[in-house]
Amino acid sequence: MAGGRTARRRGAAGQGSWWAGSPGLLYLIGLVLAPLVIVLVYSFLSRAKLGVGVKWVFSLQSYVDLFYFESLAGGRTFDPTYLQIFWTSFVYALITALVCLLLSIPIATWIATRPAHVRMALIFLVTIPFWTSLLIRTYAFVIILNDNGPINGALTGTGLLAEPIPMLYTPFATVVGLVYAFLPFMILPIYASAERFDFRLAEAAYDLGAARWTVLRRIVLPAVRPGIIAGMVLVFIPALGSYLAPELLGGGKTSMIANVIAAQFGASRNWPFGAALSVMVLVITLLVLVVFAALARRVSRTNGRSSWEALL
Amino acid sequence: MSRSRTRGTGEALKDFPTFRLMSILVFAFLYLPLLFVVGYSFNENRVVTVWKGFSLQWYAEVLGNNDIQRALMNSLRVATVATILSVLLALGLAIGLLRMARAGRTFAWALIGAPLVLPEIVFAIGTLAFFVQLRVPLGVNAITLAHTAFCIPFALLPIRARLRSVDLAVYEAAADLGANEWRVFRRITLPLLAPGVLAGALLAFIISLDDFIVSYFLAGPGGTTLPVYIFGMIRNAITPGVNALSTLLLLASVLIVSVSYAITRRKR
Repeated sequence: MAGGRTARRRGAAGQGSWWAGSPGLLYLIGLVLAPLVIVLVYSFLSRAKLGVGVKWVFSLQSYVDLFYFESLAGGRTFDPTYLQIFWTSFVYALITALVCLLLSIPIATWIATRPAHVRMALIFLVTIPFWTSLLIRTYAFVIILNDNGPINGALTGTGLLAEPIPMLYTPFATVVGLVYAFLPFMILPIYASAERFDFRLAEAAYDLGAARWTVLRRIVLPAVRPGIIAGMVLVFIPALGSYLAPELLGGGKTSMIANVIAAQFGASRNWPFGAALSVMVLVITLLVLVVFAALARRVSRTNGRSSWEALL
Repeated sequence: MSRSRTRGTGEALKDFPTFRLMSILVFAFLYLPLLFVVGYSFNENRVVTVWKGFSLQWYAEVLGNNDIQRALMNSLRVATVATILSVLLALGLAIGLLRMARAGRTFAWALIGAPLVLPEIVFAIGTLAFFVQLRVPLGVNAITLAHTAFCIPFALLPIRARLRSVDLAVYEAAADLGANEWRVFRRITLPLLAPGVLAGALLAFIISLDDFIVSYFLAGPGGTTLPVYIFGMIRNAITPGVNALSTLLLLASVLIVSVSYAITRRKR
C-alpha cells in the first residue's frame, strides 16, 4: 500500500493510469459481483415449475423452508434438518481447524528455526500439495481409508486385526480429508509469524531458568498468535463450504452445507432454496471474517504486527 | 531436566522436544497419500488397492480413451484461454491499482479476493444461475469465463510483487528522454514485469487445470473437463485408470508450480 502511494505521488509519466485497471474491474463486477447478487435475488424468488431456474415472483418460502416443514395440508412444523446440517458443517470445520493447528505449530516452528536456504526448500515442500488438484488429494483418501486399503491391509495383514475397520464413508474420513485439504493454509501463516520471531527471546527465557514447555507456552505461542488467527480463518472458511470431502469420503451419510446446496441445483431442483442456503453460508462466512478480523486487530495491537500482513 | 542453562548453545536452544519428529510425520502425511495414488497407478489388478504386479496398461488404456482425450482437450483449451485473459486483465489491474484512489483500490481488492475467500460452491452456483439467466450456453466457453475470474488473483500477485520491486526512476528516465506512454510500457514496463507475468500465467494455468467444482456446475453436456471426468470415474467404478490419470495431472501441477517458483526466485 505504501508503495502504491509513493508511486502515485511521484506521478511520473509512463506508469499508466487507473484506466488500465478498468477492464479487470468490469470483468470482476460481471463475473464475481453479479453472480453473488443473483444468488441473493434468487433466494427471494419462487421455485420454477420444472425446478430449473426460478419463477420471478417474490417469496420468502426458501427462508421459511430453512426452519419449517410444510405438509401438503398446509400445516407448519419446526424442522431442524437444515439447522442440523449447518451445525454439523460448523463442527466439522472447527475440528478441522483445531487439528490443523495442532499439527502446524510444531512443523511451522521447526521450519522457522532452520537455516535460511533449508527454510525456503521446506516451505516450498509445504506449498506443493496446495497446487495439486483438490479432487485428487481427496481421492487419495478413498484409496487409503478403503477396507482393503494400505492401513487396513497392514492391520489385518500383520494379524493385529481380524476384520478391517470401516473408515471410509464415515465422519472421521470427512474430517481427515478436510484436514489434508487445508493443512498448508495453517502451516504457512504460522510459519510467517514464527519466522519473524526473535529466538533470542527464547534463549533469554532459558537463561532465566524457564523450562522448555514454559518457553513454548509463554514466549513462542503468544508470538505466533497472529499466524494462528490467520490460519484459523484460512482453514475454517473453506472447510465450512467444502463439497468434495463429504461427497467422496463421507459417503452421503455426512452431508455438509455445500452438498445440500449442490443437490438443490441438481437432483432436488429447487434453485431458490439452494440460493437461500448459499446466502446463509455467505452470512456465516462474513461473520467469521469480522470476528477474526477484530481478534487480529486486538492481537496486532498487543503484538505490533498484523496477521494479514504476514500472509501477503 | 528442562533447565536449559547448561544445555548446548545456538540451534539446540531453538529446538523443542519432539518437534522434529512431528515435522517429519506431518511431511509424511502431506506426501504419502499422493505417493499411494501414484504407486497404485502401476497396479496390474483391476482392484486398485490389491496389488498384483507392475504394469503400464492403465496409462495405455487411459491415453487411448476417446472421452478422456476430449476431456483433456477441453481442459487445455479452458486453461489456455483463461490464462491469457486473466493475465491481460491482471496486468491492467496491477498497473491501474497503483493509480487508483483509496476507495477504488479497496473495492478492487475485495472483488479480486472474493473468489478466494468465499466458498467455491456459492461462486459456482451463482455463476450457473447468472449464465442461465442471461441464456449463456453452458459448456467450455462458460467454464472459461468463470475460470478467468478466479485466476485473476493468482496471476496478479507475482506481477504485483514484481511491479513493486521496480525502481520508479526508470520510468522517469524514459519519459525524460522523450518516450511516450505506450513506448515506455512496451520497452520498459513489460520487459521488467516479464518474469512476474510468466510466473503468474503458470499459476493461473494450474488453478484452471485443477478446478473441479466450478467446471462441474458449468460443464453442461459437452463441456466435461478432465477433473469432471475423473470425478465421474471415481463415482462409477474405481480402477487404477483413475490413478493413472491423477498421476499425470499431479505431475503437470508439480512441474508447472516448480517452474513458476524458479522464475520468481531467480529474478529477485
